Amino acid sequence: MKRVYVNEEWCLGCHLCEYNCAFAATGERDMAKALKGMEIHPKIQIEGDNRISFAVSCRHCDDPICMKSCIAGAISRRDGVIHVDKDKCVGCFTCILVCPYGAVLPAPDGHAVRKCELCTDNACGEPACVAGCPNGAIVFEER
Amino acid sequence: MKYVIIGNSTAAVGCVEGIRSVDQEGPITVISDEPYPAYSRPLISYLLQGSTTEEKMRTRPADFYEKNGVTLLSGKKAVRIDDARKTVGLESGESLPYDRLLIAAGSRPFIPPMAGLDRVEKKFTFMKLDDAKALEAALTPESRVLIVGAGLIGLKCAEGIRGRAGSITVVDLADRILPSILDETGSKMMQEQIESNGIGFLLGDSVAEFGKDRAHLKSGKTVEFDLLVVAVGVRPNTELASQAGCEVGRGIAVDERSATSVPDIYAAGDCCECRDITTGQRRVLAILPNAYLQGEAAGVNMAGGEKSFANAVPMNAIGFFGLHVLTAGSYDGEEIVETKPGVYKKLVVKDNLLKGFILIGEIARAGIYTSLIREQTPLDTVDFDLLKQKPQLMAFTARRRAEKLGGAK
Ligand SMILES: Cc1cc2nc3c(=O)[nH]c(=O)nc-3n(C[C@H](O)[C@H](O)[C@H](O)COP(=O)(O)OP(=O)(O)OC[C@H]3O[C@@H](n4cnc5c(N)ncnc54)[C@H](O)[C@@H]3O)c2cc1C
Ligand code: SF4
Ligand code: SF4
Repeated sequence: MKRVYVNEEWCLGCHLCEYNCAFAATGERDMAKALKGMEIHPKIQIEGDNRISFAVSCRHCDDPICMKSCIAGAISRRDGVIHVDKDKCVGCFTCILVCPYGAVLPAPDGHAVRKCELCTDNACGEPACVAGCPNGAIVFEER
Repeated sequence: MKYVIIGNSTAAVGCVEGIRSVDQEGPITVISDEPYPAYSRPLISYLLQGSTTEEKMRTRPADFYEKNGVTLLSGKKAVRIDDARKTVGLESGESLPYDRLLIAAGSRPFIPPMAGLDRVEKKFTFMKLDDAKALEAALTPESRVLIVGAGLIGLKCAEGIRGRAGSITVVDLADRILPSILDETGSKMMQEQIESNGIGFLLGDSVAEFGKDRAHLKSGKTVEFDLLVVAVGVRPNTELASQAGCEVGRGIAVDERSATSVPDIYAAGDCCECRDITTGQRRVLAILPNAYLQGEAAGVNMAGGEKSFANAVPMNAIGFFGLHVLTAGSYDGEEIVETKPGVYKKLVVKDNLLKGFILIGEIARAGIYTSLIREQTPLDTVDFDLLKQKPQLMAFTARRRAEKLGGAK
């Protein structure tokens, strides 16, 4: 299955992927209009210091402990993608407690969680973080 | 291969999925004394709160049983296991043959002897969907509710009915709330949060005697109430296993493969005890992730595969009125503590391992800490100073990080 991977040595730490991710979720056409002055809630996060940086998002694990631990049965696998049913999720944060990558985040309203679904949950079709990475550091490929 | 599962909750669902990952053919029969498809017990308080529905509480899609070739016998109770003949006897008189059996019977409320309890007309426990429905039917906006027990279940009940009751008072013998998962600082913080949402506490006190609509406490106080909820603890359902000759301690004893001491009988979930890797001690870990993972391991092994669930740790994610607490492991060791308004963070370290943590308020990416506990990662192989600041993958070596993020497991 194709997943998002980051090549640490090429990541500039520019945070553009975070913006592209947040933008993809809005469904708007103009990034400046959609995000200007807004607090963004991306599903990919840049970590690091001034020497090393890298992006972290859901790994769509073969053995997804988030799915097995969800108290509501709100997490399932759809064509390989680990998907959260926002309507079933009650925001208990058990998935945040177990994800070894820290890839699940509270949704802005606090009643559910958000995580990368490889842009299958928006109109992009292909991961927006990958398409917009200026240095080709984030890739979407089979490994 | 014929499979029979007693119980139809999380451990049973894990078992079905475990079996089907190995054997797509063998018939599976699930026996449940509840009249519902598998639903989430933790969600009963959310149901009363109005933040979920009975439909959404189902933990699997409606076609789960059919798709997995499962015959669900709901509203039926297993009353006997004949391990020599390999049959399960039902209360209705039927007898079901099995090649491999899973006991996933969960737990039930523990009601200690309390003087005068039989005088109370409107009394409830809070574990099942039917318990929630019964409580809901009796509640009115004027109801004065007394809850005995300031543990997870009692307090989740309190939160769930806060908007639908006149008043709620919680009594507990312990002098602080949630003692099984929090330390004193954490308990205090959560108590303030819950109190500020209109729930009263009488701690370090207990009921000496019940009248019809009042409780006389040991301290001499009297609390009048309309509805009583007893939530002092739970007991694993171990009777069937004992009677079948399985080794039983506080819960049914199982190994890492979820096998009991009797051949072809497995057990999983809240009815079992297992080894907590943070203390090395055997205990009942009555939490949903544990039930799934143990059930899944049982299923795979029952079907002839090989799966071991060897890193059980206690852990809990729970929130009250918007303040979240995430905890894991055990708290015996050197403490690293950070507090600021609305936030409490404690990491516990022993023998070069992270043993446990409490996070209140700031909970982001807590799973990175949990994985250090579950994987028993030696702390001298990571940058622990970075981890003290916050959970982050930066704390791992570049090589370890490449393995973690570069592959997918
Ligand atoms: C109010 C509440 C809140 C909770 N919150 C959380 C939480 O936030 N996080 C968390 O991790 N855990 C939570 N838990 C615990 C969680 O619900 C349990 O760990 C989990 O349900 C255990 O699943 P299980 O399959 O082992 O057993 P159970 O869910 O107990 O199910 C066992 C089933 O077997 C049936 N059964 C028993 N004996 C027989 C028999 N002889 N014949 C037929 N059927 C039988 C029972 O009726 C029941 O349906 C909570 C529990 C409650 C009650
Ligand atoms: S959220 Fe975490 S545990 Fe779940 S699939 Fe993604 S990376 Fe794996
Ligand atoms: S926060 Fe939502 S998705 Fe995560 S475990 Fe709880 S109910 Fe499931």
